[in-house]
Amino acid sequence: MKRVALYAAALGIIAFAGFPFYWMLITAFKQNRDLYVGASDLSHIPWIFNDPPTLDHVKLLFGQTDFPRWVLNTLVVVVAVGVITVAVAVPAGYSLARLVGRWGERMGIGIFFTYLIPPTLLFVPFSRLISLLGLQDSLGALILIYPTMTIPFCTWLVMGFLRSVPWEIEEQAMIDGYSRLEVILKVAPRLIVPGILTVVVFSFTLVLQEFVYALTFISSVNKMTVSLGVPIALVRGDVYHWGALMAAALFTSIPLAIVYNAFIDRFIQGFTMGAVKG
Amino acid sequence: MAGIEIRSLRKHFGDLHAVDGVDLSIRDGEFLVLLGSSGSGKTTLLRMIAGLERPTSGEIHIGDQRVDGDVPPRARGIAMVFQSYALYPHRTVFQNIAFPLEASRTPRKQIEEKVRWAADMFSITRYLDRYPRQLSGGERQRVALCRALVRDPKVFLLDEPLANLDAKLRNTARDDLKRFQRQIQTTTVYVTHDQVEAMGLGDRIVVMERGKVRQIGTPQEVYEDPVDTFVATFVGQPPMNLLDTGDPSLPPRTLTGFRPEHFLPKSVFGAAEDLRTFRFAVRRVEYLGSDRYVYGSVAGSGAPAADATIIAKLPATIALAIPEGETHEFAVPRRALRYFDLDTGLRRKT
Repeated sequence: MKRVALYAAALGIIAFAGFPFYWMLITAFKQNRDLYVGASDLSHIPWIFNDPPTLDHVKLLFGQTDFPRWVLNTLVVVVAVGVITVAVAVPAGYSLARLVGRWGERMGIGIFFTYLIPPTLLFVPFSRLISLLGLQDSLGALILIYPTMTIPFCTWLVMGFLRSVPWEIEEQAMIDGYSRLEVILKVAPRLIVPGILTVVVFSFTLVLQEFVYALTFISSVNKMTVSLGVPIALVRGDVYHWGALMAAALFTSIPLAIVYNAFIDRFIQGFTMGAVKG
Repeated sequence: MAGIEIRSLRKHFGDLHAVDGVDLSIRDGEFLVLLGSSGSGKTTLLRMIAGLERPTSGEIHIGDQRVDGDVPPRARGIAMVFQSYALYPHRTVFQNIAFPLEASRTPRKQIEEKVRWAADMFSITRYLDRYPRQLSGGERQRVALCRALVRDPKVFLLDEPLANLDAKLRNTARDDLKRFQRQIQTTTVYVTHDQVEAMGLGDRIVVMERGKVRQIGTPQEVYEDPVDTFVATFVGQPPMNLLDTGDPSLPPRTLTGFRPEHFLPKSVFGAAEDLRTFRFAVRRVEYLGSDRYVYGSVAGSGAPAADATIIAKLPATIALAIPEGETHEFAVPRRALRYFDLDTGLRRKT
């Protein structure tokens, strides 16, 4: 009986989580008539294919927009921001958690506060900075700006995570023959892999969904990221190309879902440890 | 092999004086136990010897090397076992034990030999390919000891290595540890809050409280001749009974102390024994199998502290019935009485 309830609950949650994907899927392949007729015909069933599926929207997305280009741009930004974030946030979080002592925590909180300042407040000064550096309308602008969001949060994340990893293992390594530097370079990284993974996933997510900065700093269509290009190209005035929009969402989210799934255990470990102990 | 010399060592964390002027001379090959409750500074003292904590002031010498300055932990010739064992989670047992040897760039063949030798000594050879998470607490503890052993350290530092084991295992682990230390004869400093461990393992015990050393001595000295009321009540289970008898033959403001196991019905003692007798109002008797604990108070002495609970510990060999709620004649041999100053708590030789 208990099992039945458990499975019922699990099924409910699966339906809840899976429904958006299902909706994206059928919308992306429905003919326009099938999509819009529901508004006037009440006997129409919205969640099945009433007419045969079509590839029209996919063709629109790939043929008439720069979608593949945006995906590539997004990848470039994601990788660059990920590398910068890991390179800065992991050592910063490590030193705040391990080396500074009591001040570490206060500085950590201070750093976290900078994350709470909304982009809508910052894009004005940032735009001045970007034009000063001559980075307008280039991916370089995004690669420079995004770490201002990812680094504070990820530093804090790593810091919280490291508190839950016993210091003793590193001390043991220092007694066993390593210098502090060797401990940091050779022993610590293995211990904080879940933390690093969380940082990567987080900066990944943030960059993928970011819109305000991208809109501010990128104007050429061929330099846009997915999150910017898709709404700009597929929402024309008040005409929403729902099929193509959903196709774009589908093609971006499926690979993401696969990546998340591969790391889900470690990701949760990193996140909850940070959350509980941070 | 080396002894350790500690001179007026201090460690302050802000206002907290974790270690507050400790002088200690640890002999070569000795098993020394630092005993104290949490916050007594025993772990901080150990961590300073290890080099994980930098002293505020004072000196530490290991062998003939002064180490309190910038000598890093790895250069002090020590091995340490933490309470959590601090095993490297992503390395197998073999790799864990081999770690200090790899760090010192020992040739591969020698590492192999040494790890096998150490693993053999603690009979964990069949676990060498496993990961720490696949081991029980007792096995992990032995892996940690193995890893400490292969370094050939001058000094072993052990921080409550048995605290995470269940009670049953702790006895055998204690025995193993002591046997092993006798065999290799390496100076060992062992931190614990458990007095049974301290008494059982230590050649000498250092009783610490609030950053200061209260007493240094063999288990017997600490137990039988405590220097003050703190040590008298901290060591021994149940603790030493202390009461102000108001005895006119003693100097004023003197506490009389005696161990519960010396406080027995008068009829048990031989006629020749020189006894101090008490009228013991028994409140409750606790039957514990090998012993009976008798709780009550010493009536009729008229002194202010006379209402304090006094405990008698009767071995099972004394079958005498002790009804609760009645007053009995109990006695302590005079040779077992200890006297303390009521105000300072210090031992008074009378």
